[in-house]
Amino acid sequence: MEEMLENVKEYVIDEYVEDDTEITYDTPLITGGIVDSFSMVSLKRFLENKYEISIPDDKATPEAFDSINKICALVKEYMG
Amino acid sequence: MYKDVLKGIQDAGLFKQERFIHSAQAADIEVEYPAGSPLKEVINICANNYLGLSSHPEVVKAAHEGLDTHGYGMSSVRFICGTQDIHHELEQKVTEFLGTEDTILFPSCMDANAGVFEAILTKDDVMISDRLVHASIIDGIRLCSAMHDTFKHSDMRHLENKLQLHHDQRLKVVITDGVFSMDGDTAKLDEMAVLCEKYDALLFVDDSHASGFIGKRGRGTHEKYGVMDKVDIITTTFGKGLGGASGGCVSGRKELVEMCRQKARPYLFSNTIAPPVVAGVIKVLEILSANTELRDKLEKNTEFWRNGLTEAGFVLKDGDTPIVPVMLFNAKLAQDVSKDLYDEGIYAIGFFFPVVPQGQARIRTQISAGHEIHHLEKALSAFIKVGKKYNILGKTKQEIIEMYGM
Ligand SMILES: Cc1ncc(COP(=O)(O)O)c(C=O)c1O
Repeated sequence: MEEMLENVKEYVIDEYVEDDTEITYDTPLITGGIVDSFSMVSLKRFLENKYEISIPDDKATPEAFDSINKICALVKEYMG
Repeated sequence: MYKDVLKGIQDAGLFKQERFIHSAQAADIEVEYPAGSPLKEVINICANNYLGLSSHPEVVKAAHEGLDTHGYGMSSVRFICGTQDIHHELEQKVTEFLGTEDTILFPSCMDANAGVFEAILTKDDVMISDRLVHASIIDGIRLCSAMHDTFKHSDMRHLENKLQLHHDQRLKVVITDGVFSMDGDTAKLDEMAVLCEKYDALLFVDDSHASGFIGKRGRGTHEKYGVMDKVDIITTTFGKGLGGASGGCVSGRKELVEMCRQKARPYLFSNTIAPPVVAGVIKVLEILSANTELRDKLEKNTEFWRNGLTEAGFVLKDGDTPIVPVMLFNAKLAQDVSKDLYDEGIYAIGFFFPVVPQGQARIRTQISAGHEIHHLEKALSAFIKVGKKYNILGKTKQEIIEMYGM
């Protein structure tokens, strides 16, 4: 789990953070304005490719993607 | 109901107000500002009139003739009874000028960008856009059912990651502005074309701030980067360098243009460009095809202006286009400088958040072939005078921010 958390964090920082904002596993990403719901698409695709899963569109909600902890919990669910 | 919202905009210092110009668009204009004040003669250095064609006598004459021979309006959309011979002629002339296969006119480039993606893409496709593309492209993307993703501004590594990530989509379209209007930098179309070829993606360029003057013959950003045949779709406007009146187009691969003719909603459901304007744009393209005098003059003027400001000690955004942003970083400073310049007879506007990122406020200057060196000399001495007043000449970004804040 720790490794997944770190991987997702690294991706989020590389992808969405343009300055030196600190991100923790609980930082609100969508409601905190770091990831706009427009670009959630690429985050979902990244997770699906990396963990070889398929997340149904109706599960990929802004709430489910709002922090690194929540994202990893969602991924776990689909990894079986 | 909107009172509080409007007040909020006002309190945030974001309220937009028009300045009335009482003359034709040119280097020298007469302005009423604030509303009700006596008219003031100023030098305009913030128009998109890059080639000085907005009030060019030959263009005005051609528009008059177009008005006489083809009338004022069409009272119809294109495919009912709103297409004249000159609309078709202009489409052919644009195709020739840009070096593409075909062209379709739109009422504006805003409309071209709003309509093009929906017309050519489906939900099985993906649009990958630079994060700084123009607002009209964002609107077009929103109207389209294809998946959307972005890459960091001009970051080719990031773009390649995205092309890999979406490799399995039916069609991939990479979307960028040719010249970015706020910073005046150009998209790296040579590298983008290579990536698009490698990953089998289409390349889309909005060349609104390039058509007519970027590249050795002024054909646009694709000419500058030597990829005239590698760009699949170009959108551009006739409302800036190409005469400055109105209208836009989608130009590119034949079948993509044909798809727009069949499906693009702003083309199907809105009147196209009015006859006198069509006649004017045809003349513009004739002038620009005959020789490169105007774009060459613009290049010289731009060099003079960039060098002058740099030597005076201003912080500029790097680049080689006629969009020359003078960086002031602080929003209030940008507004104050703009006001003082106006008092000195120079019309240039401050840009600040949300039009540009927080802490990157600036005066965006735009050079024109309609400027003579005496205009630029006068503008330069006004900038220096105002720069001295605020003690920012020769100062670094850090020093200016220390004095005035972000
Ligand atoms: C890059 C870009 N695309 C499109 C447009 C819209 O052009 P038009 O005035 O033809 O709608 C603009 C104008 O601001 C622009 O800067």
